[in-house]
Amino acid sequence: MRLLDWLRFRIATLFQRSQMNAEMEEELHSHIQHRADDLERCGLARAEAERRARIEFGGQVRYKEESREAAGGTLVESLIRDVRFALRLLRKSPGFTAVAVATLAMAIAANAVVFGVMDALILRPLNVPQTDSLYGTEYGVDTGFQSYPNYIDLRDRNRSFDGLAAFTFAFVGLDTGENPSRASGFATSGNYFDVLRIQPYLGRFFHSSDEHGRNSAPYLVLSYAYWHSRFQDDQGVLGRAVRLNKHPFTIIGVAPPEFRGTLSFVSADFFMPIVNQEQVNGENLLDARANTHAIFETFGHLKRGVTPAQAVGDLKVVGAYLEKTYPQEFAQESYSLARAGLTSFGRAVRAFMTGLMLLAGLILLAACANLGSLFAARAADRSREVALRLALGASRARILRQLLTEAVLIALAGGAVGLLGSIELLRRMSMWQPFPGAPIHVPINPDARIYAVALVLALVSGFLFGIVPVRQVLRTDPYQIVKSGSTGRVGRRITVRDALLVVQITICAVLVTSSMVAVRGLARSLHGNYGFETRNAMLTFTNLAMAGYSGDEVLAMQKRMIDAIETIPGVERVGLVNNYPPLIYAAGSRVSIFKEETKDRTPSNIASMPYRYDVSPGYFDAAGTSLLAGRTFTWHDDKNTPAAAVVNREFAGKLFGSVPDAVGRYFALQDGTRVQVVGVAGDGKYLSLTEDQEPAIFLASLQVPSSQLSCVVVRSHRGPQQLSAAIRSKVRELDAGLPVDVATWNTMLDVVLFPSRVATVSLGVLGAMGAMLSVTGIFGLAAYSVSKRLRELGIRMALGAQRKEVLQAALGRPFKLLACGSAAGLLLGILASRVLSFIVYQATPRDPLVLAGVVLAMSLLGLLATWIPAQRALSIDPMILLREQ
Amino acid sequence: MTDQAQLLPGTLDLLILRAVSLGPLHGYGILLRIGQISGNALLIEQGALYPGLFRLVRQGLLKASWGTSENNRRAKFYELTAAGQKGLREETANWNRLATAIGAALAAQPS
Repeated sequence: MRLLDWLRFRIATLFQRSQMNAEMEEELHSHIQHRADDLERCGLARAEAERRARIEFGGQVRYKEESREAAGGTLVESLIRDVRFALRLLRKSPGFTAVAVATLAMAIAANAVVFGVMDALILRPLNVPQTDSLYGTEYGVDTGFQSYPNYIDLRDRNRSFDGLAAFTFAFVGLDTGENPSRASGFATSGNYFDVLRIQPYLGRFFHSSDEHGRNSAPYLVLSYAYWHSRFQDDQGVLGRAVRLNKHPFTIIGVAPPEFRGTLSFVSADFFMPIVNQEQVNGENLLDARANTHAIFETFGHLKRGVTPAQAVGDLKVVGAYLEKTYPQEFAQESYSLARAGLTSFGRAVRAFMTGLMLLAGLILLAACANLGSLFAARAADRSREVALRLALGASRARILRQLLTEAVLIALAGGAVGLLGSIELLRRMSMWQPFPGAPIHVPINPDARIYAVALVLALVSGFLFGIVPVRQVLRTDPYQIVKSGSTGRVGRRITVRDALLVVQITICAVLVTSSMVAVRGLARSLHGNYGFETRNAMLTFTNLAMAGYSGDEVLAMQKRMIDAIETIPGVERVGLVNNYPPLIYAAGSRVSIFKEETKDRTPSNIASMPYRYDVSPGYFDAAGTSLLAGRTFTWHDDKNTPAAAVVNREFAGKLFGSVPDAVGRYFALQDGTRVQVVGVAGDGKYLSLTEDQEPAIFLASLQVPSSQLSCVVVRSHRGPQQLSAAIRSKVRELDAGLPVDVATWNTMLDVVLFPSRVATVSLGVLGAMGAMLSVTGIFGLAAYSVSKRLRELGIRMALGAQRKEVLQAALGRPFKLLACGSAAGLLLGILASRVLSFIVYQATPRDPLVLAGVVLAMSLLGLLATWIPAQRALSIDPMILLREQ
Repeated sequence: MTDQAQLLPGTLDLLILRAVSLGPLHGYGILLRIGQISGNALLIEQGALYPGLFRLVRQGLLKASWGTSENNRRAKFYELTAAGQKGLREETANWNRLATAIGAALAAQPS
């Protein structure tokens, strides 16, 4: 152990004690030599004289210690000696040390990682000044979406905010003149940076004063990271012209390094004025008040002294005014404020992270309980040593300090290992981009706060499990123990440890139950019925705006793409859907539907708010959505024929009573268009897997305003790799300048499955940790109880006890505890799983498979943990044992 | 050995100061000197001297330096500091007061 020697050396020189010790050594030696000289003069032989001198001197070790104390080095000195002694002891039982350190390292790593993520997502998500007064506004059910005219009114009419800014996403092809590539950023209101109160790293930001109406501010601010990676920190970018979707923009500044935009899980590449959004989207999304998806979120600092409740009241007043003024276009039910940074995800993320932190804390507690009982067992095994030390005059305080030093050393080692592990994990997590093509990314910088948390946790847990054996030591009666060995009052001691173990097994069972529930839910959602068939389907995303298409060119180009892809050998069906197909990026838009006869199309008369998808002929076949009645679209459903729609079963049932009734009937859109239902499709999932059944309508893409953003669904049994290459080359043949993204529908589902995946993985990891802790805990108890009762077991065997009885005597107790803990944990786990069902699709604890799985897992754990002690109990040779003792 | 008196707690420091006040001495020398000036009437275990010496050094009453002894061995020599001389005077006065008082108390006869 060179490390230990090094450590010892460092500590010694650190306090410059070694020199003093050497001097003291020499001085005492000199004393004895002088005395021996005298004795020699009296006629003794030299050897005998030195022996006598040493005896007369008395206890050298004791006087050295007393001298050191007298010289003032006591605290540090004895601490060093405690540490040294503890290191020696720990080195003597490497198995125990390794288990203890590993246990703690795991628990602390889990806590540090969860804390790191929580820190990045919740505690300080935005890295902007004064976040405590920064609020985002929400309307309706958990959503910050808003139309641009509404935003302008909110901005100008509210009295609660120091300024209200807004942003939405901008996905563009960015062309610096050399290599055009995709970039994703925010289109923001002009006052965005001023509201955030941040200063540029380089150049300048744009301001409200730069906005002079549509497409008036072709300015671009780069994020630091994007400036670094795409422009290699080139200071000369200021003033350079680049093209966003073919439109010229001027780079005017670079944002500070710590600012990544106002969504904590998205790293923006750039910021552009939202007034120029028409240039990058190819269509104007800002002017329509009814377009409530123009703005992703509005936010601002509350004025000094304004409470969030007052601000909500203020927003309601503005909302009432808007509703009165624009009854046709304005429909918003409720208002609330949320911390900026996570918007509508905030509540779920916060609840989930809090739950995770709680679980991680429980794990640490279980680890402490575990180590506490290990330490108690160790202290009991060492009761002879402790008794001897007490008998030789050591104070109880000194012995306790020694035990505590040992515990804290283990804690610190565990903390250090755990911290290293967690830093590595966090580093990987912050480089991880879960969804290719989407800018979702959470950078976590392990910093002083995480180190501090790990250190504090390590110290606290060290003290926590270190004090478990204290009572035991304080009660030690040296005389009794030295005389008879440590047998007295074992019963009482076990109860404390029993309780600890039951608690721990309970925690473990909770974790195992919930992770199994999550795994089952996830497995089911992977094979669930979404209303479309994700297998053997490829999605081809294009944004025609990036290649400069607009108006009728869009429809023509879309048709050309469909036709071209259909010619690829092996392709069975091709269909197109505007924007995103269901379940992609949690993107979906709703539309207000009125009954045909409704004259007054105000928000209060809305008959239904289904999801709306604009699809081409062939989409239903390509997506694998079943048709229940009527027909799908044909290429003849265009601007020259009456508007047609396919609706899902839910919508048909809600509006027209039944599926057969619906075909041929009419409904009206907001603008009064009469739409005839030509077909009814099967129900499906649209926004998330956990949603209740929602209504949806499909309109013919040829009959509605075209959208540059579209997705071609390709159904084929060919391998995804070949197919995507073929699709790419076909599209390139049509237009080499059009960026195209191809992915299988299944991989695109990762986004909606992300929450359940994260929940499953984190619960699974924590559950595995809990299981490991239980195994070591039960193992510790079983091994301890076997070793304590070896003699008794030996006598039983000598008297003819059967294997079964021996096992029962040795392991009955651990098994009973295991059963109690598992039962309690299973019950609690089932309760906890109700919470889970909000995150994980179809997570239900009332699943025989889950119950059986938990019981099986816990019994396996018990078996695993008691196997070795059981073997030991069975292999006792009573003769040898009884002879020995 | 049996006719030697046990030291009262705290008196060893005083004896050390007194022994050293007569000139710098090493540890064993101090022990011999105490024996000499007390007429070998006091029982001091040899090692017990050292905690006292280190304590006095820390308190600044003694200072120590390495030198060579009369036996031609390396040894650490102690001598009084100014504070040590003052301390010795005060402690001696204290002791005398205490001894007088206790002597008087023990000699007092019931009247």
